[in-house]
This record gives sequence, structure tokens and C-alpha cells, in this order.
Amino acid sequence: MLRFIARRLVSMLFVLFSISVLSFLIFFATPGVDPAARIAGRNADQATLRAVRKDFGLDKPLPVRYGLMMKKLFISRDLTSYVNRGAKVIPQVTEAAPVTLSLVFGAAAIWVIASIAMGMLAGVFRGRPIDTIVMVVGLVGISMPVFWLGEVVNLLTQSRLHHTALFSWVPPLGYTPFTRSPFGWFKSLVFPWITLSILYIGIYARVLRSAIVEAQEEDYVRTARAKGLTERRVLFRHALRTSLIGFVSLFGLDFGALVGGGALLTEVVFGLHGVGKLTFDSLQNLDLPVILTTVIYAAFFVVAANAVVDLLYAWLDPRVRRA
Amino acid sequence: MSGVTASEVPAQAGHLAAVAAGPWQLARRRLLRNRVALVMAGVLVVVVALCLCAPLYAHYVAHTDAFASNLDGKTLVNGKLVPVMKNSTSGLGLGVTPVGPTWDLHHYFLGADQQGRDVAARLLYGGRNSLLIGTAAALITCLLATFVGIVAGFFGGIVDGILARLLDVLWAFPVYLLAISLSTVLIARGVSFGPFHLESGSLLLPITIIGVVYIPYVGRPIRGEVLSMRRREFVEAAIGLGATNWRLLWSDILPNVVTTVIVLFPLMLAIDMLTEAALSFLSIGVQPPQASWGTIILDGQDLLYTRPTVALAPGIAIAVTVLALNVLGDGVRDALDPRAKLRRTD
Repeated sequence: MLRFIARRLVSMLFVLFSISVLSFLIFFATPGVDPAARIAGRNADQATLRAVRKDFGLDKPLPVRYGLMMKKLFISRDLTSYVNRGAKVIPQVTEAAPVTLSLVFGAAAIWVIASIAMGMLAGVFRGRPIDTIVMVVGLVGISMPVFWLGEVVNLLTQSRLHHTALFSWVPPLGYTPFTRSPFGWFKSLVFPWITLSILYIGIYARVLRSAIVEAQEEDYVRTARAKGLTERRVLFRHALRTSLIGFVSLFGLDFGALVGGGALLTEVVFGLHGVGKLTFDSLQNLDLPVILTTVIYAAFFVVAANAVVDLLYAWLDPRVRRA
Repeated sequence: MSGVTASEVPAQAGHLAAVAAGPWQLARRRLLRNRVALVMAGVLVVVVALCLCAPLYAHYVAHTDAFASNLDGKTLVNGKLVPVMKNSTSGLGLGVTPVGPTWDLHHYFLGADQQGRDVAARLLYGGRNSLLIGTAAALITCLLATFVGIVAGFFGGIVDGILARLLDVLWAFPVYLLAISLSTVLIARGVSFGPFHLESGSLLLPITIIGVVYIPYVGRPIRGEVLSMRRREFVEAAIGLGATNWRLLWSDILPNVVTTVIVLFPLMLAIDMLTEAALSFLSIGVQPPQASWGTIILDGQDLLYTRPTVALAPGIAIAVTVLALNVLGDGVRDALDPRAKLRRTD
């Protein structure tokens, strides 16, 4: 296990390094355009352009520039926006991070619990209506753009059905910090959580369902039944446990897609000022230093999260450690 | 062979002919038996046909220009002439509200957007771009991924080492973040590679970006398949017969990879269309005055509570198209190669 951890950490460092190089190349070395003009934003004057060139060492060779950028991002942490003159970027990101994390973890909790319940029901009652429902929900879930689903939810809860008793408690769009009011925090996030999790509930339930169906054919499940264990014990202690392995590794992959894409779009639609909304706002005026920071921070976070999931996976299933 | 009498041979041959339909024929039969997949294929054909008819609809039915703003125009609603943009009567009387859906095919069927343009006509034009970008991006992904996957898996060694690492890094980079970075950098001023220049408003930009970011999704499974195929007997047999590398690639490896690509194509197309919508919604995909389903949802965001149809209609169009693609894709997979997986879904 120790060797596996070491190997996984080394490969994580390699991927982090490659991702930082890749994003550096995208932002600073795409052919055809002067990076200074891009970083300085639209309608920048000569003085700003000169400042950008000096700040990012644009007259120096590429490796030096890469070093400068990494220093600005992770060591001196003094990257400033050129669109909103002098605004430091990294405090903005760290302020926004709790919003994104609240959104992502809440949604993940909902979809994991709901999909385990649905997947088990569908696996046990194979071919019954619940099975079809899970199938349809899964397909519809991955077919809707999340930002559009969010708008539909807003339309219902904020406008069309807001006067009814069902949705009158829904607060206006926006985020309430947990420290200010835990209940307000919960209320402001319920619908963003539901919106985001609808995308994943069905697909995860389908994954679990087929794993459980497969597990039911396995010898160890037959043995457990032959021993005279109750059906509930067979299902929870034997079939479910191994079926969760695939589920966990899929979770690692989707977590990345979520932080990078799903959460970003959900934040925009629900007016939650998280990292995604920050990225969106800076996209509107092409505030490159902010976009650069959010992309690299989010990518690093995702890679680290994936490594953690892999370690969990190896802990659950010793066969993985030898792969 | 001497034990086989003359009368037995034709009978046996006839029996074999009935059973031994080719793999493509078998797949086609299986797909044709799948009712749901067929219905969805029909839905797709209808969507594509409607979108292709966009100019016809705009010119001959709705009589509008879907790309020119029409703030002072008037239109017929229930036989009465009303302004397309109605001045607000509440509050300070500032701001205007575009006309809502009239459900009359000739006059603003789905209403107008904030520039007084016909949403129904824009929906059809936008659909063309969404479908075009999705299809072209999926083609790019599949072609490049097949190439990279085959080269890496077949030649092994250093080539494989480099390509596989590259695929791993792209795979670890969250797709949307990668697409956002590329689009942000390229969308404002375009890009030039030697003699090629992509203008900033060109549809080729989102096509290339979306096509490239998904390469690992298809490239990794193909590489794995080729790796294991190289050790199979039929490849060894071909090597034993003195086949050249080129011949091995062309007549032994490629035909066996094609099914995987065909299976993954509709699912890729579905993902690509969703990605295009998201990028356009973030204003870094299709650029105005061009439209796509994503940009129309963005247009409709400000009108969500007053004129929800503007945002609802393109979303429904995306959901229906992508759902049809996903179901059809599942059908194709079940018919051709039940083990192929894009996401590890089931």
C-alpha cells in the first residue's frame, strides 16, 4: 500500500506539472497574438502593456516566464487584475472557494445517497417499473444542459410558483454564508444542490444497478444465500460492497467535471458568487489573470481530489494496488 | 471429406448461409429490432430537417431576418397590429418587453428576443450551428483519436510513451476548464498556424476546441484495444505471412477498431452538443450575430421571468436532440459491441 501511495503521489506531481505547463502554454505561447495585449485586457494603453511585459517577463525566454507565473500564483500570490486595476486575484479566489465547495459537496451528498437507494431498488426489482424509471431518469439527466435546468428551476421557484405555499420559503437568488445563518445557508443552496445532482443521480443509479445485477450472479453471493443469511444481509454486506467499487472510481472522474463545468454553470444561473461565477464574470471582460488563476487552481484541486479517490479505491480493492 | 455425400453438401451450405450473416448485417438487424432507438433516429431526422429549413422558414413563412434587430417593428397578434417591443407600463415606464409567443407560424411563433428578432427563426438557424459544431467536433475527435490510439498502441515504445502520457494529461485536465482556457485565449482575436488563420468569429474555433479536448475520451479506449489486439492470433498470423506494417494497420487493426469508433460517435456527438451549448452560454462559443442553442439560452436569461419561452425553447431542443442521440447511441452499442464504454455507465 505504501508503495502504491508513493507511486500515485509521484504521478500526481507529474500531472500537476504537466497541467501547469499546458495552461501556461495556452495563455502565454499560443501563436499569432501578443500575450501582453491579451492579459492587459481590451483597450489597454501603452503604459499598461509595458507594465504587463515587465510583470510577466515577456521579453525573457519561456522557462523563465513559466517560473515567474508559478511564483505569482503560488509563492508571492500577488497576481493583479489589469481590468479592475490593482485588484489582487488570489484573495478573490479564496473568498469564493467556500461557496463552490458548499455547492459541490452538498450536491454530491444528495446524488450519492439518492443514487445508491435508486440503484439498489432497481437492481433488486429488475424489470419492474422502478428499473425503467431509473433508466429514463439517467438518460434524461445526462441529456439536459445544467444551466438550462437551473433556469427552469428558477422560473418555477422564483417566479411562476413562488406565491404558492410550496416555494414561498425559497430566498432570492444568492448565497448566505454558513457562519452567518446555517439555516439561511441551507435554504439558499437547496435548489442549486438539487439541480446539480439531478444530472448525476440517474447515471449513478444505473451504474450501481448493473453492478448489483452482476454481483447477484457471483458465487460468493450464492454462498452467502446458501449459508442461510437473510436477503437484507446478503444485499448490504455482500452484493452492495463490491458493487460500490466502480461507483467510487466513477465519482472521482465526475468530481473533476463538476468543479470545472457543472458547478461553474450552476453558480452562474443561481447567482452564487463562487469560483465558477468569478470565472464567468471575468470571461465577460476577458480578465485573463483571473481566468488563469481560477483554471489552474481548479485543475489542481481536481487532480488532487482524483488522487484521493484513487487511494480510497486501492484501499477498498487490493487488486488495484498491483495494477 | 470423403465421408460427406454429395447430397449433404448443398444442404449444409444452405444452412450456413442462413446463419452466417456478416457482423454488419447482424448489427443492422439488431438495431432494426430496437423500436425505441428507431423512434429516436426518426426524431433526429426531423430535428435536422427542420434546422436545414431555417432560411425557408425565415423567408417564406415568418418573413423576418433572424439576424437583424427589429426594435420599431410591428406584428399581428390576434388580428391586431402591435409593436414588437412594448413599452413597460409598470414602474417608471422604462424598459421594453418583447412580444410573447403568438403560436402563429407567420408572426413571431415563439415571440421575440430583446432585439425584436424572431425566436422561432433564430432557433432553427441556431440549431444548424449547434448540430454542425457537434458533428464536426465529433468527427475531429474520432478521426484524431483513432489515429493517435492506433499509432500509440501499434508502435509501442517511445511513441506510445509520449502519446499515452499526453492523453493522460489531457484526460486529467477537466474538460470544461481546458475548453474555457482555449476559448478565452482564441476567441477575441483568432489564431494563426503558419498559413492557416482562424478568424475570431469563425465556427471553426469552437469546433476545433471541442474536438480536441475530447480526444482522450476516444483515444484511450482505442489505444487499449490496439495494444491487446497486437498480441492476438490473427495479427500474429498476418505477421507470419510476411505482412508489412502498413498492411497490418490497414487490413487487420483498423477494421477491428472501426466498430468502437462507430459506437462512440453518437455518444460523443451528444457530449459535444452539450459542451457547445455551455461554451456559447458562457459567451466563448458561437459569437454574435451568429446564433446557436446555447447563445439563445443566454439571450433568454434576462427575459426569464417575463418571456420564458426564449430560454425554454432552445433548452428543450437541446434536451430532445441529445436524448435522442444518447438513446440511439445506446442502441448502436447494443447492436454492434455491447462492451464498448465511453463513460463507465453499465
